[in-house]
Amino acid sequence: MEKLSRIGGRILQAIPPVFGVIVITFLLTRALPGDPAVFFAGLMADDSTIAQVRAELGLDRPLPVQFLYYLRDLLQGDLGNSLSTGRPVLAELAERLPASLELTFAGLIFAMAVAIPLGVLAATRPGSWVDHLCRVLVTAGVSLPTFFTGLFLIYVFYYILGWAPSPLGRLDFLYLSPPQVTGFYAIDALIVGDWEVFWAALRQMVLPAVTLGLFALAPIARMTRAAMLSALSGDYVRTARANGLGGSRILWVYAFRNAALPVLTTLGMVFSFLLGANVLVEKVFSWPGIGSYAIGALVASDYAAVQGFVLCMALLFVVVNLFIDVILTLIDPRVGLES
Amino acid sequence: MAPLLKVETLSIAFKTRKGEVQALHEVSFEVAPGEVVGVVGESGSGKSVSAYTVIGLLDQAGRITHGGVEYDGKPVTGRQRELRGREISMIFQNPRAALNPIMPVGQQIADVLKRHALAGRTDARAKAIELLRQVKINDPEERVDSYPYELSGGMCQRVMIALALACSPKLLIADEPTTGLDVTTQKATMDLVRDLTRARGMSVVLITHDLGMAAEYCDRIVVMEKGHVVESAPVAQLFTAPKHPYTQKLIAASPGPRSELADLTGGLPEAPPSIAPPRQRAPGPERLLEVVDLVKEFPKRGGGLFGKKPAPFRAVDGIGFQMMRGESLGLVGESGCGKSTTSSIIARLQDATSGSVVFDGQDIAQHPAARFARMPERGRIQMVFQDAHDSLDPRWSAAAAIAQPLRRISGMRDGAAIARRVGELAEMVGLPSNLLSRYPHQLSGGQKARVGIARAIATDPLLLILDEPTSALDVSVQAVVLQLLDRLRRELGMSYIFVSHDLNVVRLLCERVIVMNRGRIVETGTAEEVLHAPKDAYTQSLVSAIPHFEPERLRAS
Repeated sequence: MEKLSRIGGRILQAIPPVFGVIVITFLLTRALPGDPAVFFAGLMADDSTIAQVRAELGLDRPLPVQFLYYLRDLLQGDLGNSLSTGRPVLAELAERLPASLELTFAGLIFAMAVAIPLGVLAATRPGSWVDHLCRVLVTAGVSLPTFFTGLFLIYVFYYILGWAPSPLGRLDFLYLSPPQVTGFYAIDALIVGDWEVFWAALRQMVLPAVTLGLFALAPIARMTRAAMLSALSGDYVRTARANGLGGSRILWVYAFRNAALPVLTTLGMVFSFLLGANVLVEKVFSWPGIGSYAIGALVASDYAAVQGFVLCMALLFVVVNLFIDVILTLIDPRVGLES
Repeated sequence: MAPLLKVETLSIAFKTRKGEVQALHEVSFEVAPGEVVGVVGESGSGKSVSAYTVIGLLDQAGRITHGGVEYDGKPVTGRQRELRGREISMIFQNPRAALNPIMPVGQQIADVLKRHALAGRTDARAKAIELLRQVKINDPEERVDSYPYELSGGMCQRVMIALALACSPKLLIADEPTTGLDVTTQKATMDLVRDLTRARGMSVVLITHDLGMAAEYCDRIVVMEKGHVVESAPVAQLFTAPKHPYTQKLIAASPGPRSELADLTGGLPEAPPSIAPPRQRAPGPERLLEVVDLVKEFPKRGGGLFGKKPAPFRAVDGIGFQMMRGESLGLVGESGCGKSTTSSIIARLQDATSGSVVFDGQDIAQHPAARFARMPERGRIQMVFQDAHDSLDPRWSAAAAIAQPLRRISGMRDGAAIARRVGELAEMVGLPSNLLSRYPHQLSGGQKARVGIARAIATDPLLLILDEPTSALDVSVQAVVLQLLDRLRRELGMSYIFVSHDLNVVRLLCERVIVMNRGRIVETGTAEEVLHAPKDAYTQSLVSAIPHFEPERLRAS
């Protein structure tokens, strides 16, 4: 009961940031260079046509009034229409978001699968070759930019070795995309039992996911190693040893569960970084996600689309951090009591 | 009888950046079945290293270079793993940190029972409750699901005892088990350990820096100094006829109910003779401090968004007392009694909820603490803090730390004059001038305490508030610091408020003592009265809980 009320309180705390994000996206897009009215009116327009377009778009009103209109539209689920395609931004984002999420999750899972065992091993054997390997990977992950890793992987595994499929989108043109349920191709293919498409989608995902994962690996591995080192030298681990508890129980139940708390917090942060890194990786792999959509919109000063993208990212960010905090509350009985 | 535990010519070396450091030098001692052996010594004496070697939990940097450990007649060095929990177990200091913070205590006990096949999935909980009941935890059925942060320090230590005794081992190693606990809790915990181990016929190795406790609970005592065993003797013999000079020094430095300040260092005068002539102070009212009806409340958490706010917690509940010029007053009580809150309100570091503090004829409680920091009166009330290390900025040298109040409060600007005054202050507190350029981590505990004192007296205060200034120091260092404080008070004509949990220490420095409990004053009187003839029931329990060693009593028994 107490836990539930704490989780409820945490969810309420997520409201002010969401409102702040709405304000900032609104102001940010108004501050973008370029006049959408000029763009909309077309090349041949004269001053009066531009003024007319401006009035139609509501851009001649004072900023607070524009903001109220914006809020009203948001509440109705209307993010405006894209200037370049003329379609509703919401529909375009909904189409492309699953692609980005699928890629991000795949990258995160790959990073966790490598980084957490590596960090634990490095912490249990400080100074050994595992520890050094961990250090090298962490340094590499931090210092190599994603677009470089991406191009490098394409060069080696597609161009030289020919192991990977061509880095063009989510699915080779030989296959039809599976009927949409979750929007994640791999999962949708599994739902209809189409193994061939499943493997094809997975193969297509390996290189971009690894590119993202290499970038995400560094902070996770480093935090796992540090948290495990401090947990293993903690007084409670010493007590468990003095009472004769076995090595694996001490490592996984006593040390790792405690070390998992800071690692989870880091995961939340890494996920947010990945959303940002996605923009470049999607461009490199021609992945039809919201990252490449956003770049297109920015170049075309398509402000409704940019606004929608930023809002979408910020909401994702808030939701992910909320999710992590709720998990932390469930694991750690002390959360929310220190303050 | 064959010894249960035999440590034989054990030498341990530690790998450090500066090469190998020898921590133990051929340490030998034995523990007979059912015997309680105390290992005493100051920090760095190697008493904990010996214990960790016995149970096989020595740090990875440590290496046995000679000798070993025999348990039950068999060498066990390096093979203690099978013995831990089942044959030998250990309890530690700082019990709350020593329990897994995110696991209910009952499950931690169940884990140990299951590991040693003494309980299965069905009966582990019942057995954990039974163990909690044996260590006298109230409502064990509820406490079994508590997390360590929900329990007091004393209760956590009981849980740890339950963990250690869960599998009925034959030997218990207790490493400073009550350091940081209140005296009454300490007594209850140690009595519990004694009763439980006696009933099971267990042997105990008690590691402590507190000679009083060793005398009270041990059969035999091993004295260690710098990695050597210097003396080992039955309790009565050790305290009545100590042979080794170090033992003699240690016994002399431990304040007892009858010891005098000069006795602490064996009658030797404390380092540098005084240089400052007794000061002539400007005359002022005879009554230096008057505290009237002081109240401090802290809001309680809870209530939530819509619930009713709970009543605030009263840390200080309407206390009042007076203090004369040049007097030294002891403020005694257990943790949570409000003594530290009271002292920090008088020092104007915290604001009172209500009440007044009249200092030198002026009510200083009216000024908010933030403003008081910039008033000239700030320099006339100064504090010496509990933790000499943490109360110094790690990036400031000793000289910079002492010069800070001179610049900020006394408003000195002239670098040469400041340097001269810093040198003078260092000399007064017996800090060699070549140490002034050092940083806190390069100074010993006693030296850091001296820096803290020099910083406090830099502004020539009328009132010095000492908040447990010696509780983190070794007894021999404590003895010297206490003598220094007493000398400074007489020479500089200061008044002291000495906040402490240790009545024996307070008695040495203070003429009058105030005993506090739950935010109220329960007894006031001269130090002798309070210590030897306490009137209030709480004071009586406090006094009787102090572990004593009295050579006369030991000789008689």
